[in-house]
Amino acid sequence: MKNEILWMILGMSIVTYIPRMLPFVLFKGKELPSFLQGILKNVPFATLGALIFPGILLIQKDIWYGLIGAVAAFIAAFLGANVIVTVLGSIAVLALYSSIL
Amino acid sequence: MSDLAIGKQASEFRKGLQAGISIGVGYFPIALTFGLLAKGSGLSLYETLLMSLLVFAGAAQYISLSLLSFGTGIFEIILTTFIVNIRHFLMSASLNEKVEEDRLLYKIFYSFGITDETFSVAATKEGTVTTGFMFGVILVSYSSWVVNSGLGHLIGASLPQTLQDSMGVALYAMFIGLLVPSMRKNIKVVMLAILAAAFNSIFTLEKLMAPGWAIVSATLLSAIIVESVVMLAKKRGHFNEE
Repeated sequence: MKNEILWMILGMSIVTYIPRMLPFVLFKGKELPSFLQGILKNVPFATLGALIFPGILLIQKDIWYGLIGAVAAFIAAFLGANVIVTVLGSIAVLALYSSIL
Repeated sequence: MSDLAIGKQASEFRKGLQAGISIGVGYFPIALTFGLLAKGSGLSLYETLLMSLLVFAGAAQYISLSLLSFGTGIFEIILTTFIVNIRHFLMSASLNEKVEEDRLLYKIFYSFGITDETFSVAATKEGTVTTGFMFGVILVSYSSWVVNSGLGHLIGASLPQTLQDSMGVALYAMFIGLLVPSMRKNIKVVMLAILAAAFNSIFTLEKLMAPGWAIVSATLLSAIIVESVVMLAKKRGHFNEE
């Protein structure tokens, strides 16, 4: 194994792990101000919005591809499908779309 | 009593495994392609597996491959990895408010497995997130990531193009599947998601900042704006009452 690659992997793993771990240590047993708590409770839903857009529109050069996938997933989830059904449904719709093209 | 507690943790672990399945499916094509590209970039099977085992961060691993092929130095690659992954700080801080009180050692251990996907699954779960649940979600996701990275390197080929293309939507569909049930219940969730999506699209598409910072800034800005609006509205309501 090349030494340089090994050092790179080790370095990458350390700088990735620290931000993941640090909040649990820093904020252990601390009651944060309620405004800050409110912000942290908002983070998951804001993160999801940011993780979905614009990423989903860019999975293919054809912007319709991602858009159709997004709409399919949204409809499935809105109708109450669970997450795995939503995922498989949207894959199926896109497989159909790309086979038509 | 302790039998009861162990039984509860075991069923929480099982729930976590189940909740992790969509992540496992979603990681399959991405990890497979990572293994394939790693081979193309001259990484050995062991180096590929080691990276997936120790780093466990999709976007950063992909970026490291393209930087390697440009001949970028390892210090710069590590720095880029740090910037791309700094968003996890925000996710862990948020999750820290939601997980059950447990030994710090367990949290230090499972925090290794916090990715965009495991975070999303845990953070949108109803109620408190138990240690058992975290371990379950992470075990499925991590195994899929590591095993399929190795598989991609070994077989040296990806899925048929149409399947590869359509499976690329899997994780996005999962994010939508996690978000929508909360959107239906709460207008605040709708505001947060739309605002963050808009900010992130502007920051990314206008190339105002690197993707790592774009997600962090979009998330924080939206979380702060919505919280301020809600607080102001509450105060108003309070004043009206008086």
